Amino acid sequence: MGKKLRIGWFTFTCCEDSSILFVELLNDHYFEWKKLLDFAHVKVLKSKNDLSNLDVAFVEGAISNDHEEKMLKDIRKNCKKLVAIGSCAVTGMPSAQRNMFDETTKKEIAPFLKSYHLWEKVKKLEEIVKVDAAVPGCPMDANLFLKAVDGYLKEFEVVK
Amino acid sequence: MHGKDFDINIDNLSKIEGHADLEISIKNKKVQHVKLKISENKRFFTQAVRGKPATGIYQIVSRICGTCSVAHQTACIEAVEKGIGIRPSDQTIALRNLMLYGLNIRDHAMHLYLFCLPDIYGKDSVLEFPDDGPEHELLHDCFDIKAVGNNLGSEIGGRAIHATNTAVGGYMKMPSIDNLKKIAKDLEGIREKTIKLVDIFYKCDFEHQSDSSFVSLINKDFSYLGEELASSTGVCVPEALFGDHLQKVVIPYSQAPGFEFQGKQFIVGAISRMNLNGSKVNRRTRKDLSKYVGVFPSKNLFHNNLAQAIEIVHCIDHSLEIIDGLEIKAEKPNLPLKLEKEVEGIGAIEAPRGTLYYDLRISPDMKINSVNLVIPTSQNQISMEREIGKLVQNCLDAGMGADKIHFEIEKLIRAYDPCMSCATHFLKVKWNKE
Repeated sequence: MGKKLRIGWFTFTCCEDSSILFVELLNDHYFEWKKLLDFAHVKVLKSKNDLSNLDVAFVEGAISNDHEEKMLKDIRKNCKKLVAIGSCAVTGMPSAQRNMFDETTKKEIAPFLKSYHLWEKVKKLEEIVKVDAAVPGCPMDANLFLKAVDGYLKEFEVVK
Repeated sequence: MHGKDFDINIDNLSKIEGHADLEISIKNKKVQHVKLKISENKRFFTQAVRGKPATGIYQIVSRICGTCSVAHQTACIEAVEKGIGIRPSDQTIALRNLMLYGLNIRDHAMHLYLFCLPDIYGKDSVLEFPDDGPEHELLHDCFDIKAVGNNLGSEIGGRAIHATNTAVGGYMKMPSIDNLKKIAKDLEGIREKTIKLVDIFYKCDFEHQSDSSFVSLINKDFSYLGEELASSTGVCVPEALFGDHLQKVVIPYSQAPGFEFQGKQFIVGAISRMNLNGSKVNRRTRKDLSKYVGVFPSKNLFHNNLAQAIEIVHCIDHSLEIIDGLEIKAEKPNLPLKLEKEVEGIGAIEAPRGTLYYDLRISPDMKINSVNLVIPTSQNQISMEREIGKLVQNCLDAGMGADKIHFEIEKLIRAYDPCMSCATHFLKVKWNKE
């Protein structure tokens, strides 16, 4: 069996629309990808997940608290390439919509933020870690995602 | 092996509207409490829509959920229409039905094949299914069925996730009858595969008898657009009166509230729909699946999976009837620019996981003053905690080991299909032995 691209798929503060789109792309690509991709950490498909030595980590969602920040940094340490997936990861929005609330609304939600240890400001991924590539869109642009996968299959010499 | 007193802490459960953790405390081999902590980080949509145009917020609330986005759009649009006094045309109703059928075909298939089937075949993941044989065939079925649901939803809505053709008052772009006729052929093509799936869940012997009441919208043709709100306790009222029977329960350890119906735990979802309205599934479905439809009413929570499988067939059969009789006329929504006074509008539909309510207040200049929404998975939270507690007690009484209990808990939560019931297996169990 040839070398496979070792991937992880992760989600943070978001609606997981890109994860759903990924699951829909499997309709056409599952059998081909099963030969080329090692689904090392993909919680949507399996329980026995391994974060170590990922070639590519696909990360969806914005970052709202210390816990998510720590997880994101762990992912960064354990992958060669990190790809921001979808609008929340790339721009922060719409998960970061509360960053734009007026002062009255910010005061209204402040007790909730405190109780659940949420930051005052929601951040996009590149405010916290180095991001190697981005697939914007709400949900992610499917064609750009497929292009990214094909690009990495070549870059990591899984295919010629 | 564990002692008499210990805790079960399961971090990062499936995404019940996001992430959740489970904490179970056990003393003297008796379950003391179960806490399902919805830790999905709140994104404050109820605040975000304030002051925004009533005709546009359905695109904002679509982003509450990536898998049932069109359910949020539809419930929100219905609430706005009821508030401002717009009655959608018969054509719009037909198109909304098709869009919701596309959603449920895709969403139920994802849950049943990718998340539940591995349990039945004793595997961790569909990734472990062999490269040939019956399990391999089931994977082909899965992707074929999801693709047709996706295409149906996309043809009506513009795309299946965060549809773009939808609008208050109707649709901004009409679907193509030729494309719908092609999709009809594909629907007929997946029908037998779906009946095969129904039989698999019918034969599955997983069982957990529930103490919860069942609540759902009912109507004459099992449409997800609903009409009346019914319960197994005998309630049957117009859906707009949901607030008289549904009470919010603040759960201090959870970022989302729970709910009770008439002061008791209850369940929403496919099992409730089949229990309360199963006699109204499509005629062709009833005829071909009479053995399976006859299982309901049922209190076995695992029959939520069987109910979803039956619903996929109903979605196919009713869609075929709708497409057969459909003539598309160009229609444009006709909306007021101003209202005489503030209005309230309530929208309620059956999303894949259960009843979804939107209660909006709209200002005279057509902006949102406030929104209150009740999502299906929140309504199931109290039932989930209590049924998990009952399950764990039964397992302890039977002398079951830790690993087996962990698996049984996951199986039960999967049967509820919490939103984006991601992670076929999502529980990391911490056993604190005393």
